[in-house]
Formats: sequence, structure tokens, C-alpha cells
Amino acid sequence: MANEYELNDVEVWDGNFAASQALRQAQVDVVAAYPITPSTPIVEGYGGYVANGYVDGEFVMVESEHAAMSGCIGASAAGGRVATATSSQGFALMAEVLYQASGMRLPIVLTVVNRALASPLNVRGDHSDMYLGRDSGWIQIDAFNAQEAYDLPLCAFKIGEHLDVRLPVMVHQDGFTTSHKAQNVYPMKDQIAYNFIGKFVPVDEMLDFTRPVTHGAQTEEDWHYEHKAKQHKALMDSRTVIDDVFAKFKELTGREYKRVETYMMEDAEVALVLLGSSVETAVLAAKQLRDEEGIKVGIVAPRCLRPFPYDLIRDALDTTSLKAVCCLDKSAPGGAMGALFNEVSAAAYTTKARPLMSNYIYGLGGRDFAVDEAKRIMKEQVAHANAGHITTDIQQFSGLRGPKLGFFQTRRG
Amino acid sequence: MAITSIKNLKEFSTNNDRFEGAHLLCPGCAHSMIVRELMNCTDDNLVISSNTGCLEVSTAVYPYTSWDTSWIHIGFENSATAVTGAEAMYKARKRKGTLKDPDAPVKFVAFGGDGSTYDIGFQWLSGAMERGHDFTYICLDNENYANTGGQRSSATPIGAHTSTAQAGTHSYGKKQKKKDIVSIMAAHGSPYVAQLAPNKWKSMAKGFQKALETEGPCFINTVSACTTEWKFDPKDTIHVTDLATDSLMFPIYEIIDGHELNILYRPKNIIKVEDYLGAQGRYKHLFKPENKHVIERIQSDIDKNWTMLQRREEAKI
Repeated sequence: MANEYELNDVEVWDGNFAASQALRQAQVDVVAAYPITPSTPIVEGYGGYVANGYVDGEFVMVESEHAAMSGCIGASAAGGRVATATSSQGFALMAEVLYQASGMRLPIVLTVVNRALASPLNVRGDHSDMYLGRDSGWIQIDAFNAQEAYDLPLCAFKIGEHLDVRLPVMVHQDGFTTSHKAQNVYPMKDQIAYNFIGKFVPVDEMLDFTRPVTHGAQTEEDWHYEHKAKQHKALMDSRTVIDDVFAKFKELTGREYKRVETYMMEDAEVALVLLGSSVETAVLAAKQLRDEEGIKVGIVAPRCLRPFPYDLIRDALDTTSLKAVCCLDKSAPGGAMGALFNEVSAAAYTTKARPLMSNYIYGLGGRDFAVDEAKRIMKEQVAHANAGHITTDIQQFSGLRGPKLGFFQTRRG
Repeated sequence: MAITSIKNLKEFSTNNDRFEGAHLLCPGCAHSMIVRELMNCTDDNLVISSNTGCLEVSTAVYPYTSWDTSWIHIGFENSATAVTGAEAMYKARKRKGTLKDPDAPVKFVAFGGDGSTYDIGFQWLSGAMERGHDFTYICLDNENYANTGGQRSSATPIGAHTSTAQAGTHSYGKKQKKKDIVSIMAAHGSPYVAQLAPNKWKSMAKGFQKALETEGPCFINTVSACTTEWKFDPKDTIHVTDLATDSLMFPIYEIIDGHELNILYRPKNIIKVEDYLGAQGRYKHLFKPENKHVIERIQSDIDKNWTMLQRREEAKI
């Protein structure tokens, strides 16, 4: 039996330590991992628990992130709780096996500490790695601060392992701004946290020798399509389980999570849509603008990137007051509009009023995104709203040095 | 528990039949012989992983499977990691008391072709060996990427024709020597490493048993004659393998604890490598006068290697 970890009602943890504590409380059977900045302290924290008897699972330090996820897949197919952590290049190296994990319907939990993708090499936080996972078939949940970096992995085990879901889950947090910033975190006692997740229930496990199973079979044109469609359906259907787990978590802790978080949207005339730690910056800026200048700004933050909450985004934007929406993407767009812009715009198109949609790229490679800049972007939305069309280029770049960069203009003006 | 009686091939081959005959491997492929020997040589439960390759694509095409045992495939490179992940889970669940039958004996085995073992999965294999998991890795070495139509791998011998190292007017086929995977694995400090061949089925079964019974990461390179890419008649698989072992192109030996080398088969009559090469279409071009030097080089390499193996055996180093 693992030793109980003495916890105060309030701890001062950074996002990394918070995530490692969640993994410890989940009593993960196998952690197969490889260190990479900025997620390394999650693995180091776990190594500390192993060395001091706070976990009694296996801790397998492998030779690469690809092997980390490969080991997780083998372990998960053997019928137990599995988790790991990574960032950036490590995430990219894992990419092949991320698809295998989801296609094999293995409920692995991956804590991703978001970091830019090279080249140029950069260790700071942006959402390039999170975006790389968009089509991998994993559930993706985003933590905006250290408390959430603790709460959401606990929820992730319960969601992914649910017998109606059986899918791997990523819990994202922003590199450095969340992962290395110590904040007050309210942990649960070990037993309460474990009981919330519950015991792992093996499905088609390789260690039940009375019932041999084949994992990772091949399918060609005769079955592959049906398999992928079922996998997509499982992801889409996980929405109700996610809602249910969040509801149970609120009952237990009082902390409420939604697949789409909205702030001050009831009467908002302009809105920002964004992810990660910048959400708190944007909410603060919106409150200040409301107080200082009476500008009615709202914030929409998809807590759940996958399954994409198309319905809830639409609902959040389907108000009579809303005129202009700016989607902020913290990932190099690579020759396209920002991915969040594209997906949110598609949902906004199904609203009655169809607000004006524009796109900012921001924060790449850890470029700071401060309250003043958030306010400037909000005011720009007011100008769009007053003009009745997008008055700038539709895609712009926030905080970029050098000549102003922008692409595409509206024809609605 | 190991099967003790491996005297009678007919009896042995029908024992413990956990690999179904209805698979898609080529007629005459040695892979199935090797896999069956592995599965026949033990009564223990098996958790098996396979890299992507001929074995995998021929034995687990949904909705069918040839494996009447626990089996997993992830990708081209990671069967060692897949099975050692399962082994770690076994240890964790045994400790925590969550196994359905904690007393059931189990062995963990990974299969890979030479492409996935020598090349693309080399790092994953090395990592798993270094970590010291209790498993056995078996390379089905047919010296080329046969599953994709016969491209060169680092296991392809010098002089062989493959689709990416072709013989032609300006080329005698592959220019580079075969990688010495057995020495590399022994250098990992593995408790048991061997090179075995399915024509010498008793020594192969014993070698498999030894690997399974040895605690820690064991590695076995098996010669798997490839009727399709080596270009010989499917009925001649064992004959060609005999020529391989009797020419010492594939010496049969084991290395214990990284240093104690034992030769497991000494041909009564060592044949010239020409006899082995001449039995296969992939070496046909070597018999042109301008390529004679390649055959001489291969023979010379074999002679040096055999001398080295015998000296190491004598010296126990």
C-alpha cells in the first residue's frame, strides 16, 4: 500500500506539481515517461513519490517520448491505470502513437504542458503542441491555472476510463505561466480524490489469460472507415460524460467546470475567444473595460478543445447583443487562419445574428500578452461593431515587432 | 513451465497450438515456423507484441486473428516497448493484487523483423534492454523489408540485390556489410543472447526456453529464409536455411551475460558460401566474372567471423 501524503487544506503549488499530485492521488499503475521542459517537474515530482513510497505503481523512465507513449499503450492494454506527461517536441515525437492510443481506445491520461514547436527552438509556452493534437482522437481539456492543473487530471481519469467513453485524455496547461507559477491550490485528501475517480475497471485486458485478446489489428478499406466513425462517435458522445463528471466534481469540491467557460456574455456586445492562462488576463481586461469605459466585453473560453463544443460555442455566441467576436490563436497558423478562429467561426455561422468574426495570432514562443493589449483588441472589436464590418485585416498579429502584418479583408463593409 | 520433451518434431509441432495455421504469410515463409516453435516450447501464458511487418500484417487482419494468446501491435518500431509496458503493468498489478489470476505463469515476448529490429526500432529495443525488463525479443531476420516489397535494411548482407540496393551494370547490389546485432545486444549486458535457425529446431527450441526462463531482457536473432525476396522455391525453405547454417553465413551460437560465448552448431562439413548464394536469385548477379570479388569478400568475412567465434568460445570472453 502506498503511504498517505500529508496535505494542508491550502497548498502553494505550481501547475506542474499540482498535476503530479493528481497523478499520485489517482494511484496510477504505470507511468512511462521521458523528461522535457517545461513538463519535467511532473515526472520529477512523481519520481519523488516513487522513491518515498507514496505510490506503489511502476515508474518506467524510457528513452524517448515516443517510447513513453508506446509503453503507456502496452501497459494500458494490460489492464490498469496509466498516465504520462510531455511538452512540445516530445509531444510531436509522440504524435504517431497518440493516434494508436486513441484508435485502440485506451484511457491513458497525458498531462501536456504547452510549449512552442521548433524551429526555431523555443522552450516557452504557446499552443502549437496542443493544436498538433487536435485530430489525434484524444479528449483535450485545458487548465487555465494551477488549481485547474490539479483538478482536471482527476476528472480526466474518470472521463477517459468511463466505460461509455474509453478514450485517452490530454489535460493541457500553459508552459511556465501555469506550470512554473506557484499559486494557492486547494487539494482533496488522498482517499477522497481516489474515491472520486474510482477503481480502474479493465476492459479486454492482456493479463486475463482465460480470454485472449488481439490489440492493434489491421483494417483496410473494408473496416477502417467504420472503426474511425465509431471512434468519432465515442468522442462526440463523451460530451455527456464530461458534463456529468464536472457536475460530480462540483458536488464534491464546489469548483465548477464547463466544456465552454463564459464570462460576462449575457449582455456582451463584443467578445474574445481564447484558451489557456490568457483567459484570466482577458477576463481581467474585460472587467476593467466595463468599469472604466462601460464597454460591454465578454469572454468565451473552450475548456474542452476536443470534442469541440460546437453546440456550446454557438449557444455562447447566440445573443442579441453580440456584434463582434475576436478569436485569439496562440499557435503559428502555418498558412491558414487560426484554428480556433476557423472552428469558432463555423459555430458562429449557425447563430441567428452571425457576429463579425476576426482573428489574432498572439503569444508565440512565450511572447507576453498583457491586460493593455487585451483591452486594445477589445476596443478594436467595438470599432468593428460600430462600423458593421471588420475594419482591419481579418487576421492580425498581436505583439509582433516590425512592420504590421495582416491578411484578408471583409466584403461585408 | 517449459515443455521438456522436444525430441519428436511431429509431437512437438502439434503441442500447445496457439498460433493458428490460417494466416496470410507466404507459402514457405520461415516466420510461422519460428513463431510456432516459440509458442510450442512453453506451457506458460504468453503476452506477445509484434512490430509492423510481415508477421503482423499476416496474422491480425480484422476481424480475424491467428493469435490464441494475448497479442498487441502498435507500430513499426515499438514492440519491445509495448510488451515491456505490459510487463510493467503486470508487476504493478501483481503487487497491488488486482490480477484476475495472480499465480498464472506468464512470459512476455516481442517479435520484430530485421527492418524494425536493426533499423527503425533499434532505439526502442536498446531502451527496453537497458531497463532490464523480464522479456524476450525475437528478431525474425529475413534480411530485407519484405513486407513492403524487398528493400534493403541494415541486416541485408553485402552483395544482395534488393529494390533499393539493386544489382545492375554499375552495381553489385548492397555495398555495406550486415550490422552485427547479436554483438550489439550482448554489449547491453543481456543475460541471454543467441542466434538461432529453424532448421536446427531442437537448438532453437532450447534457446527459446532458455531465454524465457532467464530473468531479464533476452534477445534472439533468428534466421528467417524469405522465399519471396531471396527468390527460391517455397518448398526449399529448410534446404536454403541448411545451406545458411552449414556455410556459416549464419552461425548458431549463444552469449551468456554478455561474454560467455557458446557455439551451438558445428557443421560436420562446412560448405562454401557459393553454394548458399547460388541457391537464391538475390545473389545471381554475383556469379558474373566482374562480381567474383564480392563472393570472395563474403567468404573471407565468414572465415574471419567463424575464427573469432571459436576463439571467443575457447577464451570464454
